Amino acid sequence: MSAMEGHAAPYVEAQQGQAGELPAAGIAALDRSRAKALEALGERGLPSQRDEDWKYTSIKPITRSRFSPAAPGTDCPEDFVAAAAIENLDAWQLVFADGFYLPPRSKTNGLPEGVRVAGLADALTQNPQPIADRLGSAMGEIPHGFAAMNSAFVGDGALVEIAPGVQLEKPIELLFVSGCSGEGFLSLPRNLVILGEGSQASVIERHLSFSQERSLSNSLTEIILEKAAALDFCCVQDQAERTFHVGGLFARLAQSAKLKATTVTVGRAWVRNDARVNLDAERALVSLDGAYLAFGRSHVDNHTHISHNAPECTSRECYKGVLGDRGHAVFHGRIVVQPGAQQTDSEQSNQNLLLSANAEIDTKPQLEIYADDVKCAHGATVGQLDEAALFYLVSRGVDRETARRMLTQAFAAEVLEGVEPPALQTYLASRVSGQLSSAAAQVSAP
Amino acid sequence: MLKISDLKVTVDGKAILNGLDLDVGPGEVHAIMGPNGSGKSTLANVIAGRDGYEVTSGSVAFMGNDLLSMAPENRAREGVFLAFQYPVEIPGVANIALLKEGLNAARRHRGEPELDALDFLKLVREKLRLVEMKEEFLYRSVNEGFSGGEKKRNEIFQMAVLEPRLAVLDETDSGLDIDALKIVAGGVNALRSEERSVILVTHYQRLLDYIVPDRVHVLAGGRIVRSGDKQLARDLEERGYGWIDSSAGAATA
Ligand SMILES: Nc1ncnc2c1ncn2[C@@H]1O[C@H](COP(=O)(O)OP(=O)(O)O)[C@@H](O)[C@H]1O
Ligand SMILES: [Mg+2]
Repeated sequence: MSAMEGHAAPYVEAQQGQAGELPAAGIAALDRSRAKALEALGERGLPSQRDEDWKYTSIKPITRSRFSPAAPGTDCPEDFVAAAAIENLDAWQLVFADGFYLPPRSKTNGLPEGVRVAGLADALTQNPQPIADRLGSAMGEIPHGFAAMNSAFVGDGALVEIAPGVQLEKPIELLFVSGCSGEGFLSLPRNLVILGEGSQASVIERHLSFSQERSLSNSLTEIILEKAAALDFCCVQDQAERTFHVGGLFARLAQSAKLKATTVTVGRAWVRNDARVNLDAERALVSLDGAYLAFGRSHVDNHTHISHNAPECTSRECYKGVLGDRGHAVFHGRIVVQPGAQQTDSEQSNQNLLLSANAEIDTKPQLEIYADDVKCAHGATVGQLDEAALFYLVSRGVDRETARRMLTQAFAAEVLEGVEPPALQTYLASRVSGQLSSAAAQVSAP
Repeated sequence: MLKISDLKVTVDGKAILNGLDLDVGPGEVHAIMGPNGSGKSTLANVIAGRDGYEVTSGSVAFMGNDLLSMAPENRAREGVFLAFQYPVEIPGVANIALLKEGLNAARRHRGEPELDALDFLKLVREKLRLVEMKEEFLYRSVNEGFSGGEKKRNEIFQMAVLEPRLAVLDETDSGLDIDALKIVAGGVNALRSEERSVILVTHYQRLLDYIVPDRVHVLAGGRIVRSGDKQLARDLEERGYGWIDSSAGAATA
């Protein structure tokens, strides 16, 4: 048995031990897709740095010890949920402990007609077929062992389904708290967000750590936008140092659909994100953005892949990172313009601010164009704070540390400014500034 | 207020100021003129405390204290203000955020309570009127997308809010049309008082029609080669710097 398979083996075994008890087990389509994913996990194993897409991200910190899949029934205490609330955010909220839906902690009353918000396991138990048909459809080919693992165990998570034409006036927040079961647990939430034709919604996916204990959060979200649907999606990753987070965001957009997805990574966790967006029909538009902080020894890897599969689609991508201490960040952004995707309009940028000589960024924007009538621009920058701007602030009486923080925050602000609603934006700005000040407090100014 | 003695400054090993003396008393306005590259901005930056300038000898006393040993933010809090020749654009930092931070830092430094949001807003609105700037400029990023004239006016606006004891204006008049020049001059004149001093770095006599200086100095070859009253500025306007340079050579021989 190779090392790769060896790392996957405990998870393969664990799945085999509980496959019969997974939600809607026995439904042929689900049994098949779980078995297929399990096979992929066993054969390919967990990714290694020999894989081109994992070249700069070692999973050794994860495979150092095994994680046990969390079981349903763990609670996340009410006071934790209350303390985690985003100030002034008026939203429906679904709370998940180690990936399992907690109805008593959630607030879903008053949802308008045509909106279905539920735990995925409940939905699968009630009426599995329509869900089984859609699961995996936004992802397509399984990209790596972690996605295979999530798919092999697929069970609980969030289901958000908006009927055609419905406009949701409040956001839906999905709050995932990992580590509720104690040390060494694995959570595998799977989320499915489906917006019917012409509908509009806003979804916040937020990940927190319950404690400082080691946990692995392997989360996968699929988004399906029908014709002219519009989704505002924000993923907030704000976990503790010993949390390992593998996040998947897979979206498919039909004609004239619009997705605005922003991933904000604060906190101290080890993070790997894979975002994949397929623009499947004319005039679909995606704006895929990210802001990440990598301080202490944290590791943040964003792999994105936008595929223009039809003419006249637009993609805008802007990822900005601030790195300090021994932080390590990776950005790999692929834009693929498929044959026939004429009049593609695509812009991508990745900008990084390096605040310490020991921080490291590996950035690789990548354009692959197989059509001739396209407008594409991309670029990556790595820089330090502008000394002239720093002196300008200091010359007005601002101390150097505050000036550095103001400029650093200003750098990240471009991404945060696009985030709606304002309460979420304010919250994110304060998380970013809080983290920048605590990082500043830990290093003496140069 | 400010006493500079035998100041020598090098940049990257190159001598820029070569023994400069300047004494600015409280309430006085001094104009410093001189050809391009003579070291005017260098002097302004050294007073403000910018990195990259090496003071190899001499001293600068501000209110009797050694200015050169003070951190730049403390110079600002003690009342030194530099209106930059080329104000930098700072995307993402709102004008109002900078002023609030700077003003409150100075107040804390003096042991005064911070201004609350309401009083602060009242103050900045009043100062905006002084320089005839629209309120939207408060919320825009510092200098970002401002025209040349707007940037210079923003410098004067910041000065008006921070109410320094010593303001150094580095070619704030360059590139301004006559209306903007009058506004800038009005802002400076409003600040003039018994206990405030101003150093005007300028190329043109024009500004001095609106802000009448007590003394005019000519900086050439890294030192003050001639000082006089406002008539000196008029002579310079008419005759250029050539006649000064030669007499300076004679004076140092
Ligand atoms: N940062 C710098 N690096 C190198 N040379 C400089 C720098 N700043 C100024 N100088 C040089 O110092 C001299 C004086 O410049 P400056 O003080 O800007 O003159 P002024 O403002 O009178 O036009 C010039 O020769 C200029 O090229
Ligand atoms: Mg100059």
